[in-house]
Amino acid sequence: MSEDARFGLDKKVRLLGPLPLDSGGELAPVDLAYETYGELNADASNAVLICHALTGDQYVASTHPVTGKDGWWTRMVGPGKPIDPERHFVICANVIGSCMGSSGPATVNPATEKPWGMDFPVLTIADMVRAQALLLDHLGIERLHAVIGGSMGGMQAISWTTLYPDRVKSAVIVASAARHSAQNIAFHEVGRQAIMADPRWRGGSYYADDDPPSSGLAVARMAAHITYLSEAGLTEKFGRRLQDRDSKTFGFDADFQVESYLRHQGISFVDRFDANSYLYITRAMDYFDLAEAHGGTLANAFKGSKTRFCLISFDTDWLYPTSESRTIVHALNAAGAAASFVELSSAFGHDSFLLANPEMNRIVDGFLKAGESV
Amino acid sequence: MSKLRPDLQIIADNVRPNARVLDIGCGDGALMAALRDQKQVDARGLEIDPTNVASAVSKGLSVVQGDADTDLSAYPDASFDYAILSQTLQTTHRPDQIVDELLRIGKQAFVSFPNFAHWRVRMSLLIGGRMPVTRLLPQTWYDTPNIHHVTIDDFRALVRNGELKQEGQWFLSGDKQTGRGLANLLAEHAVFLLRR
Repeated sequence: MSEDARFGLDKKVRLLGPLPLDSGGELAPVDLAYETYGELNADASNAVLICHALTGDQYVASTHPVTGKDGWWTRMVGPGKPIDPERHFVICANVIGSCMGSSGPATVNPATEKPWGMDFPVLTIADMVRAQALLLDHLGIERLHAVIGGSMGGMQAISWTTLYPDRVKSAVIVASAARHSAQNIAFHEVGRQAIMADPRWRGGSYYADDDPPSSGLAVARMAAHITYLSEAGLTEKFGRRLQDRDSKTFGFDADFQVESYLRHQGISFVDRFDANSYLYITRAMDYFDLAEAHGGTLANAFKGSKTRFCLISFDTDWLYPTSESRTIVHALNAAGAAASFVELSSAFGHDSFLLANPEMNRIVDGFLKAGESV
Repeated sequence: MSKLRPDLQIIADNVRPNARVLDIGCGDGALMAALRDQKQVDARGLEIDPTNVASAVSKGLSVVQGDADTDLSAYPDASFDYAILSQTLQTTHRPDQIVDELLRIGKQAFVSFPNFAHWRVRMSLLIGGRMPVTRLLPQTWYDTPNIHHVTIDDFRALVRNGELKQEGQWFLSGDKQTGRGLANLLAEHAVFLLRR
């Protein structure tokens, strides 16, 4: 199996499509950059699809080619971890619209042979999931043992269960929601406006001279990063401590550690992310409302579902608070679906799902193993 | 297979195989696991304590963290063969409404609770003049989750007043089943099976 050229690290495939989009348009061809770990078993029943968040990518458990950092979810994926390449065939693909190899505004529009820029079609979460389904077809996987994701990854995971109910045996949805709230949309709009206010953005056509709107993207990242943390977490980590100085400078340097930290987050982000991708993906998240396509009643989305669901939220996550997960759980209960849900305690806000949390690992491990014994 | 708590064993013995069961206040899922493994029951759980939920989910059970007082309304009418409420009734804000909810969601309902009219409880209050602290009610008055103490006769009155049908009753003393005679005085624990 490992000889199969479709499987392994840093893979890329061009699928002809066309992929029909929610906007009414279509995308062709569909480039997908992905990684797989472990071996697909004989009856292709051990596949676990991991869906990444807004600024995530396919490097879930391998070194990131730009930053040189470890994979973004090595706490969850790896030998002895809940998602274990020893027994799972793990797939993680860069979402369309992103910038790590899958089709997005920075890739080439075949019609013009130039980067798409803002001519790239506006996408939805469902479009991202449909593209992943094309990838599974290509990999020869009819049914997923599990689909799992946090934040925007959770939106994809839950969309999988409604778009392809027969292809998903179980779904793990962490720190996520069934729709974007007004507050979520508002924060995203701040980020987008920061990008578009950068004079170097130029309507999204900045690829030719390699002079991207880095200042705007950095500010967008800084604002967003605050929403990923919690007040308690920030206080614990930084308090009002000063950065490399003994007293205030009475100027606008990064006097405080928290300022310095945010600036660093912003600056390092622009090295690995495309500003237009940030616009497209935040838009897809804003458009997300799972109930909308089901007559406004979320429970209808899960009617007759045979999928097992596991939802996890964190008590300090105010971006996707527990109430959002509970809304999904109530809908699952109303639909009679097999659902598990727990709110875990963590000081670190929305980011908690990416951090070490033994209780989260215990839950996901038990949930996945229970599905394997049947 | 570890041994079930005696009231849970009674419930486990009296649930039909292949039934659909909602266990409200399911703890770490011991009863649900037994029902699943021994009677092929499709069991779902609701539990307020996150550590218990985590334990239950890690056993592969479908358990949702929530509160019987606020989270039952999402479940559709008659969506389960049985709704089970074990040792939880006395902790709810409105036990009468909870019993109504049980029989809305489940075609039948098992309810188990510690009997506050057991003679030891009576003696403790009568002689000691203090809120009773016993084996089955081990907490002091200020930290007990039991905000609505109930006796077997109180519960029978609730059943009568609600015009509910009582389809089974079991009593426990010292973890052993005991007779119906003078149950309100002699039983530490009661299990009822109800239908509307």
